[in-house]
Amino acid sequence: MKKTLTEKILSAHAEKDVKSGEVVFVDIDWALVQDGTGPLTVDVIEEMGKGVDRPDHRCVFLDHASPSSRYELSDSHNKLRRYAREKEMKIFDVGEGICHQLMAEKFVEPGEVVVGADSHTCTAGAFGSFASGFGSTDIAFAMSTGRLWLRIPEAINVKLRGNLKFPAMAKDLILFLIGRLGSYGATYKALEFTGEGVENLSMESRLTVCNMVIEAGAKNGIMPADDKTSDYIKRERGKDIKFKPLRADNDAGYERVLEINLDEISPQVAEPHCVDNVLNANETVKKDIKVDQVVIGTCTGGRMEDLRAAARILEGKKVKKGVRFIVSPASANVYLAAMREGLLEKFVKSGGVIVTPGCGPCVGIQGGVLGTGEVCVSTANRNFKGRMGCSDSFIYLASPATAAASAVTGKITEPGDLL
Amino acid sequence: MIDELRGRAHKFGDNISTDLICPGKYFHLRSNIKKLAQHTLEDADPDFISKMNPGDFVVAGENFGCGSSREHAPVIIKESGVSAVLAKSFARIFFRNAVNIGLPVMECDTESISGGDELEVRPREGTVSNLSSGARITARALPETMYNILEAGGLRDYVRKNKL
Repeated sequence: MKKTLTEKILSAHAEKDVKSGEVVFVDIDWALVQDGTGPLTVDVIEEMGKGVDRPDHRCVFLDHASPSSRYELSDSHNKLRRYAREKEMKIFDVGEGICHQLMAEKFVEPGEVVVGADSHTCTAGAFGSFASGFGSTDIAFAMSTGRLWLRIPEAINVKLRGNLKFPAMAKDLILFLIGRLGSYGATYKALEFTGEGVENLSMESRLTVCNMVIEAGAKNGIMPADDKTSDYIKRERGKDIKFKPLRADNDAGYERVLEINLDEISPQVAEPHCVDNVLNANETVKKDIKVDQVVIGTCTGGRMEDLRAAARILEGKKVKKGVRFIVSPASANVYLAAMREGLLEKFVKSGGVIVTPGCGPCVGIQGGVLGTGEVCVSTANRNFKGRMGCSDSFIYLASPATAAASAVTGKITEPGDLL
Repeated sequence: MIDELRGRAHKFGDNISTDLICPGKYFHLRSNIKKLAQHTLEDADPDFISKMNPGDFVVAGENFGCGSSREHAPVIIKESGVSAVLAKSFARIFFRNAVNIGLPVMECDTESISGGDELEVRPREGTVSNLSSGARITARALPETMYNILEAGGLRDYVRKNKL
């Protein structure tokens, strides 16, 4: 039977040949929670009464309220710290970074199954692994039993060729794709990226793309592992990994094929209040939209290539007076690397503010909550009404290059105009 | 318990995200479900909680519950007294979460249902009778395992009951 990459990985974890449509239990390698979903997971684990299986593969991340802005959240953090210590789970405290970035830096390997109580767990599909987001109760079950039931997804083949041409970035590619698929165009399905274009994407770009497949409703996004994958693991972890190069079979049963030429991708913007409300940036620019705040960071825009792109656009320029320019590196490691490279100094000198690695601004908890009627250009993954803490505000999603350009002019701007 | 449900419809559109259902600005209330439930669907309809009566239905269009994996979204819908959510389609994580916490969810054509209509819903049979208009709608059947989880009151109780 010809298999998609997702079917191959899930077959290996279900210990039988599975195909799309089947419902099976699969063994999981990694399970994660964060401070928003973890407390409920802990309660359910305790109520199920089965303890924690393989605690060294169960990860707790304190990244959403990082650092805590309210006593209630500090109490939740302490609950998670105590539980992780008691059960000998892995825990990453405030400031260490966003869960998906840390899973990439530290743990995920090709062919693994990663589940997490965070919808963007799909980020880890960039390693050629199956990764998907669930709620607290499912993850409690997974953490307790080491298994989870899944419906094997049908798959869409997204065939990439060519190369992204700066200032077009990975964010533009995934926004373009979501615009084509629609916000529920891939619901329940796997998005499998194939073709030479995947090989041309950096690991950081692959993480950004896989992160946002959920915004088209997908269960997982996946890219075959290659030399770039093992080089990344070597660089981040000092570890040589051997992996069986897994790819989908030729003639695997894809539901449909979408072809994208990366050479033709131009800067994109997702306008409020839905991620599939995507336009070519030049269309948005025509609307002359004044910007109050720009955020560069998150699990889908706060890695080194993102910060470098922003710095390149900002070179020799200042942030427009009156615009708040907030930079949040995706992890402490990214923070340090950006510091060593002089990027943070550039941001501060141009009028920016550096905030703690974490999810704060993106989820409207702290570090950049919007005010009534305000407009933000963000490199994050969601622009839903109220997402950044104020129901009456407007979020435009764009690449770090577009976001930086908009910070300089004070209105939504194409990055190419500033190069 | 979930054989027959009766109540009035509260109508919503497409793409009702978990941010609209359970706004991030109340993140700190997640450890206090009763308080959090006072804000159920607040950013989609600020008057929802004051208008609804226990047993009522949330009726929506496509992609209900899209976005974040926060299980608090179905938890507070249930806590607020809603007996089931009917939508043309659901986002994947929300759908699983709802079943896992024992909130009936039914995928059906909600086009003909208007806000205020009185409905009689039978999750097991997958039928919705609109008592106001006389129309009858068939919902997509829930897979057996999911129905059993739902009927147990959620995955936690299903695990306990079945000694999984």
